Amino acid sequence: MAEKKNSKLSIFLNGIIKENPTFRLLLGNCPSLAITTLAKNGVGMGAAATFVLVGSNIVISLIRKITPDKVRIPVFITVIAGFTTIVQLLLAAFLPELNKQLGIYIPLIVVNCIIFARAEMFAQKNPPVDSFIDGLGMGTGFTIAITIIGSVREILGSGTWMGIPVTVNLFEPATFFILPPGGFMIMGLLIALFNKLFSEKKSKTAKESESGCNGGCPGCSKAMHGGEAS
Amino acid sequence: MKELFAILIGAMFVENFVLSKFLGICPFLGVSKKTSTALGMSGAVTFVLVLSQAVTWLTNEYLLEPRGLEYLQTIAFILVIAALVQFVETVLKKMMPALYKALGVYLPLITTNCAVLGSALIFVERDYTFIQSVVFGLAAGLGFTMALILFSGIRERMEACDIPEAFKGMPITLIAASLVSVTFMGFAGLIIK
Repeated sequence: MAEKKNSKLSIFLNGIIKENPTFRLLLGNCPSLAITTLAKNGVGMGAAATFVLVGSNIVISLIRKITPDKVRIPVFITVIAGFTTIVQLLLAAFLPELNKQLGIYIPLIVVNCIIFARAEMFAQKNPPVDSFIDGLGMGTGFTIAITIIGSVREILGSGTWMGIPVTVNLFEPATFFILPPGGFMIMGLLIALFNKLFSEKKSKTAKESESGCNGGCPGCSKAMHGGEAS
Repeated sequence: MKELFAILIGAMFVENFVLSKFLGICPFLGVSKKTSTALGMSGAVTFVLVLSQAVTWLTNEYLLEPRGLEYLQTIAFILVIAALVQFVETVLKKMMPALYKALGVYLPLITTNCAVLGSALIFVERDYTFIQSVVFGLAAGLGFTMALILFSGIRERMEACDIPEAFKGMPITLIAASLVSVTFMGFAGLIIK
């Protein structure tokens, strides 16, 4: 039982560090570059994507046995698009300001590689509870990652964090960082930092995944591989 | 005519999909290692973009809007695009097997290419006519092609460079993309009226 609980926790943590969708798997780059001019946007986008990720993971996992393999991709897309539409309508109704800020990037959640990749690699092979946790973990990892990118860009580019001025007497904010090139640069530097910090652990976790998550997620190696390829 | 030209130049340079709107980043980073695959990929994307703009515009105008179903746009568009990509894939497999093999996994990924769905959402937002949205699709595709080919040239040169361990792979690629993006910012002042 303890082991089982442990594996649930490891599925959750997997999405945050070991297979962080933004920094490690390098999936879903469009929103993580486009809307991260403000930390607040990162949180909003992350929450919206997490909702879609969790919802679609559960549904896809529930219907995994009755979905014929040949039409699985259109089925996944329809499920994901359905949840995206729900988020879109909810945001338009309750958070119109955020909705305006995020603009077309909200409907574009539907083509976010993270969600599709998790459906393909995890949800269609695992029971609903695990898929739920996987969605939550991946979503949290994504939210943390884009909030970090958003924070760095906001502090350097606008001199504020979550709208609060923080660098008044320290330095003059450089607009460069909230412009598109700044997005590429900050993301590149952050991924390098993440590589540096976790590269020593890399060999250790790789061993762990060999022994610990062998039966659980055959997608692991595939995901890692896909990450390297892209 | 002048208006179409403005859309063409605007979407290619001023608001280049990849470098200023961040649409289609995955293939931009994924298949830009070699110029030849970059060329094939961007050709496929441009082709799909032009077709999908036409088809989604018609879907929107004649199916969704008359029935007040605009809230289904996301679902309808993505399904139309998915079907189109499948079609292109089948055609390529039959007609150009070499290219089909070279593009490999990235071809089905056009479905999940933000650029294709993104441009469909943009024409709705901007209320483009049929011709305008097709031209916009073409321009977006050409802009994507330009960015991808320029960038693959840079990456081919980077292969031989000595790069710090932590920067290998994606980080250095993103930083290079940042520099390319800076050059495109020079077009920001270009407004055609």
